[in-house]
Formats: sequence, C-alpha cells, structure tokens
Amino acid sequence: MMDHKMIVAGSLKAVEGGFALEARLPYYRGLGLSMVEDIAVTVDGTTYPREAVRFTVRDTTYTLDEMETCYDNRWNFGEKALITVLGAELAPGEHKVTVAVRKRISYLPFVPTMTASKDLALAA
Amino acid sequence: MTYDIKRGVSLYSYQNETFDGTLTRDDVIRISCELGANGIEVIGEQSFWGWPECGVNEADIAAWHESMQRYGGVGVSHDFMLDYKRYKGRPMPFDEQVASVKKDIDFGAMLGVKFIRALVSITPEVLVAAAPYAEEKGIKILIEVHAPLHFDHPWIIRHAEAFEKSGSDALGFLPDMGMFVFKFPNVWKEKFMRLGVPKNIADYIEKAYEDRVLSEYVILDVREMGGTGPAIAMAETLRHNAAFEPKRMLDYMHRIHNIHGKFYEMTEDYVEPSIPYDEIVKVLKQGGYKGYICSEYEGNRWIEDVEEPNSVEQVRRQQVMLARLLGETETPALKTPLAA
Repeated sequence: MMDHKMIVAGSLKAVEGGFALEARLPYYRGLGLSMVEDIAVTVDGTTYPREAVRFTVRDTTYTLDEMETCYDNRWNFGEKALITVLGAELAPGEHKVTVAVRKRISYLPFVPTMTASKDLALAA
Repeated sequence: MTYDIKRGVSLYSYQNETFDGTLTRDDVIRISCELGANGIEVIGEQSFWGWPECGVNEADIAAWHESMQRYGGVGVSHDFMLDYKRYKGRPMPFDEQVASVKKDIDFGAMLGVKFIRALVSITPEVLVAAAPYAEEKGIKILIEVHAPLHFDHPWIIRHAEAFEKSGSDALGFLPDMGMFVFKFPNVWKEKFMRLGVPKNIADYIEKAYEDRVLSEYVILDVREMGGTGPAIAMAETLRHNAAFEPKRMLDYMHRIHNIHGKFYEMTEDYVEPSIPYDEIVKVLKQGGYKGYICSEYEGNRWIEDVEEPNSVEQVRRQQVMLARLLGETETPALKTPLAA
C-alpha cells in the first residue's frame, strides 16, 4: 500500500557522520511510534545495523529502541520522516536504496513488513 | 417499509491523492459534495494529523468545519482504530481501552458526526462499557462487519447479543459491502498475474470462486497444479473473502446505521463487476434502511504498482451507479475542474 511513494525521490543526502533520506509510512493512516517495530535500511546490498538508524519527525529524533516505548508521538499519514544512518559513508552518485518498515497493527493477525526500493542520487 | 438512503464518501477512498498532498482534505470534501455525496466519513487519524497520540489540533478541527460548511458536507462517521497493541508484548488493559474509546467519542463529537466506527477485532465488552458515555454525547458506536467476518459468524453474533443485552441503542453495526464479493475482482486477478501467477491457475481460481468451492479445496488444487508463492496467495484470498448474502443484513436493520460502499473497480459503464450493488440496494430498501452509503474505494492498492489510481474518477463512477440505483434523476458530476 503506497509502497511506491514510501521513499521520497531526491531525498538522499550526506549528513554529519552518515547519510539520510526521507520516507513516508506506507499505510492508509498514521501510527504511534511504539508500533513501528523496525526500519531497516539497505543501500546497494548492504543492510545497516538497527543501532545505526535514527528516526526524526518534526525535529525530534529517536533511536529505534526509543521509539518502541514512545507513546506520545506519531508518524502521521503521508508525513515525511527523516531516516538517518550513522557511521556510514556513501560515495556521490546513484545508489539503490531499500527501506523495510515493520508495523505492529492491532487488527491484523500478522506483523507486516513493507519494503520499497528506489534509485536515489547522492550529490557530490 | 419506508427508507431514506443517502450518498456519502469515506475520505479513505482518496488515500493515494491525500497521502502525497496531490489533493487536500478540503479538495476531497468539495469533490464529494459536488457529486451529491455530501455525507463525509473520515478515519480520524488519516484526515487529522496528530490524532490520537498527539491530541487534538483545534485549528485543524475548525478548518474541517469551515470546509464542511463551504461545500454543504454532513459529518457521518469518525472511524477510530483503538490500537490495543500499543504496548509491545502486552495488550492494552481493559479500562484503558474503554477510556480510549471515550476519547474517540469526544473526537467524533468535535467533528459533529453521529457515528464512530469500531474495528471488528474489538471485544463487545469494551464497546458496551463505553456505550453510556456515547449516549451522553449523542453518538453511536458501530462495529464494522467486514470480510472475512459476516452476519452469521459467531463473533458477530456475540456482539449482537451483547448489544441487545446492554439495552443501549448507542451500539450498532456498520456493514462493509466487501463481504458480498460475488465474483473474483478483476483487479485482484490482474495483480496476481503480474506477480507471476500463470494464466491457467488464475483462470481456475476465478472460476472456483464463482463456483463457490471451499477455499481449502482450491488451495490444494492450486498446489497440485504446480502453483507456488503468488498462486497460493491468490488461492488463499478465498479464505478471507466469500459471497455472503446481502439479505443477511435484514435481521440487523435496527442496528445498521452506516454502510461502507466498498468497491474495487468501477467500469466506464458504471458497474462494479464483483459486488452486487443492485441486490444490495434492493435489500437496504426492503429493510427500510435510513442512512448513508459511503463510497470506500479499495482498488487503489491492487493497481498502484502499474498505474496511479484515479480515485476521483472511481468515486464519481460509483456515485453515478448509486444515484441510479436510488432512483435519482440527476447524474452526479464534478463542477470544479481538477487541476492537471
């Protein structure tokens, strides 16, 4: 659902200590952060460790573990979140970026993971 | 029996456009009202950023009321979610679930709707406990009867019994017409074929669905035909969908107050080939239904891998169909051209 709009085109950038990109929650509604179980980032076949990932919405940044007990903030419907990967450096140019989001959905009898890939260019 | 069936739209229908901001909430309220579908249903947390974890944004609620007034919209329902799996590894305690429903009753009251929608997995005890508060606020809590559940399923019967026992008229049902899928939807078949299901297997499953063959037999047959992965997944849709009968709603008409006009595809000649809307409207008339049928377009997720869904056109076609079935003389049409 909305998989193709999950990774925001043109959003890959280098940041201090790593790289970042923007993503939307592929879902027809938003979700409280405690129900976002995992965000896995893979670039050109390399999947980065969970500990390296940071999630930022409206200027507040969380580790994935912090999100699990965050009950007062959300990833809103269609909202662009900044996904940062620390301790990683990407060369300028095209990269194949894959993001997989695991969501704990109350009414579903399984825990879905939504995965999307996009080619993104990192400016020199 | 007298009936009073009105047309509405769940803004869920326009999710692909509102997700990335192609259309705003104000746009989709205008579009719906121009089509004469002035009953507006929302999933609160889809249409209002922040709800529920970050609370209510009062300016946003005011903007909603301005849109509704500008276009003549009538608030029908706030569909709430109640995330009882909010805490990893433990369910939300009962009292907290009831308190959460009360907050959604307040939210619904703020939007000016008469109904709030409960998801079908919520237990009847939670809803019964929240009913006195709903009565106080002039709101009814409607549990969405949605495939694979249906009106003869013991879980729904348990709800019905609990509602009757409570003596409250603030509890009821919101049937989703997706439980009456009488032909395998074409957009599903095409999507599964794009995922690699061989045509002979896809044809077989489609035919087996029409022949009402038990899902487990179909899954085994597909396995024996050499089906793997997506072919099995296609056969497994028969576990979650079936052609239940619209007339099963008749026993519950006194508690049915809103309808999800689910559809997967409206053709150019205004037909939903997989859901028997002529029969559905006939049953609703027979049962004296008084309320809205709110369009709920769900073909989007089946086609978005190959084309951008045109939700507005799909909703328009369904509204034309509904207007005809309801005997309206005017054909619903958009008045404001959409930006290219």
